[in-house]
Amino acid sequence: MSADRLEVLAADDFDVLVRALAEGGREVLGPVLRDGVIAIGPVESAADLPQGWTDEQERGTYRVQPRADAAWFGYAVGPQSWKSVLFPARALLWSGAKGGVGEHGVEVSAPDRSAAARPRALLGVRSCDLAAIGIQDRVLLGRPAVDADYAARRADVIVVAVTCGFPAGTCFCASMGTGPAPRTGYDLALTELLDGEHRFLVAAGSPRGAALLAALPTRVAEDADRVAGEQLVASSVARMGRWLDVGPVPAALRGALEHPRWDDVAARCLSCGSCTLVCPTCFCTAVEETTDLVGASAARTRVWDSCFTPGFSYIHGGAVRQTTRSRYRQWLTHKMSTWVDQFGTPGCVGCGRCITWCPVGIDLTEEVGALVGAHVDEPQRQDR
Amino acid sequence: MPTRSPARARRPKLAVWKFASCDGCQLSVLNLEEELLPLAGEIEIANFLEASSAVIKGPYDLSLVEGSVTTPDDARRVQQVRQQSRRLVAIGACANFGGIQALRDLMDVAALQRTVYAHPEYLATLSRSTPISAHVTVDLELTGCPVDRGQLVEVLTAFIQDRPVRLPQHSVCVECKRRGTVCVTVAPGTPCLGPVTRAGCGAICPAYHRGCYGCFGPVDGANTAAVADRARELGMPGRDVARLFRLFNTAAPAFAKEAAHHDA
Repeated sequence: MSADRLEVLAADDFDVLVRALAEGGREVLGPVLRDGVIAIGPVESAADLPQGWTDEQERGTYRVQPRADAAWFGYAVGPQSWKSVLFPARALLWSGAKGGVGEHGVEVSAPDRSAAARPRALLGVRSCDLAAIGIQDRVLLGRPAVDADYAARRADVIVVAVTCGFPAGTCFCASMGTGPAPRTGYDLALTELLDGEHRFLVAAGSPRGAALLAALPTRVAEDADRVAGEQLVASSVARMGRWLDVGPVPAALRGALEHPRWDDVAARCLSCGSCTLVCPTCFCTAVEETTDLVGASAARTRVWDSCFTPGFSYIHGGAVRQTTRSRYRQWLTHKMSTWVDQFGTPGCVGCGRCITWCPVGIDLTEEVGALVGAHVDEPQRQDR
Repeated sequence: MPTRSPARARRPKLAVWKFASCDGCQLSVLNLEEELLPLAGEIEIANFLEASSAVIKGPYDLSLVEGSVTTPDDARRVQQVRQQSRRLVAIGACANFGGIQALRDLMDVAALQRTVYAHPEYLATLSRSTPISAHVTVDLELTGCPVDRGQLVEVLTAFIQDRPVRLPQHSVCVECKRRGTVCVTVAPGTPCLGPVTRAGCGAICPAYHRGCYGCFGPVDGANTAAVADRARELGMPGRDVARLFRLFNTAAPAFAKEAAHHDA
């Protein structure tokens, strides 16, 4: 968060912000407690936030727990990333009906994107997920073939980020350079402070954010507020459960394509695709063609796919990647190495979801470490 | 092959057959409701005793076969069904893997007969419950207990329109993630066969906070050992892990092999 123009918003005034976000019928989405996890859902007031809850995450396991304090953002990322909002599992690409005036007597209709394009505010976006949105922007908007559904969803989004003060055991954003404090890609950034008065540091990251901030009942941040915010970030870095020395990884993985570790991980991997589907940057999709029973209408739908499915690499004659070894290698080398060649950054933002939500607890940081010899089991930092 | 021309001489003929089964998959056909009328316009429902006692003689363009083969008579009858069917689709866990009745494969069938029936001498039964594919060539396997109505419509639609059938080859995990269901293994810690089970049901059980029990049968290359290890880590006794794999698809090779590893 930038050091200048810091304001302080009292927790009691938080709903002024929520109401400002919701103005004009804008949908406000944020963290909510649902089905035993902290999920993404509609937020109408601070009362909808998981107040006094936290999460405990380790490889293959996630539990919500009550906190000793009443923090509103005292947890890490949940199972869903903002991908579920901006790049949802299904999107209609087009539909067509026979009997029209179009080519071949088929009338093709573009999908109605008005629901997709609804103005939204994303409240409580963590820095890892900000980085992930940035990556998806590059992939889905920054190339000649723009994804129309994503563009519609992305067109009018207000992003309210939150400093991640209580990372999970599977988090490693600090080592990926993507957190825990929001740096870019937001309209407003909040830091929740629990010492003394329950309050939020607020910084604007865009003209739109500045306009929002100007209308809030804030006061100028004092040194004590700034120090409290800096301390929260420092303690967050110290609590981060995992660390990956990412610098040498892209090159080292290129030299590890026949490493025996691929066989080792393949024996444990389910090839179920969960890691890719919870990943906030994984963007691979398949296209489903459907027709009605009598063949009078047809539709084409984009659906989430995964490089772990047998159909993903299917071409004439069979699947290119038939073994779990080849699929895991494809995923990990793309995520951590060839993604850099393709898009300029790794495809990993250190959110830890693939570690938590792997049903058998395969740990990306451990696998990369074993493959390139750079793994650090315990964070090796001055504070430990 | 049927064509989509309105000038088509006749509608293709459909037959639905029953072997050892609970009739649930046939009921899934009857439950198509909204699709049944348009379906009847495209295809002639020629032989479907669960729906009508009026039978039109074969041969049939498409046969849906429910149930497993458990008697010498059924072993003969399935040959006749195949001979009358241009395309044969095995529907359900029984027809594709032998069904829950394949639990008999692990037991002494003669002893079972004596226990259950007053006069076992009137029974003629086989020692094993076998899938249709163990007897005749099956053109398509539509799994599930029961089959999914959406997949059933897809199979019928693809047949009517003479196009390839689109059935997912991936795991139930993909369906859970697509619909936003929280993983029951990771969050509450419930053993679940989803990672090794074919998608198609829409991931119903995890959506109701239950573990998948594998009723659509194993995915290709299922890593059952890793799922079983995880179930044991979560506190499930070995006997229960064996039972997890010994349900509606107990005789599916991947499940049968894994279950055998966990017998006490």
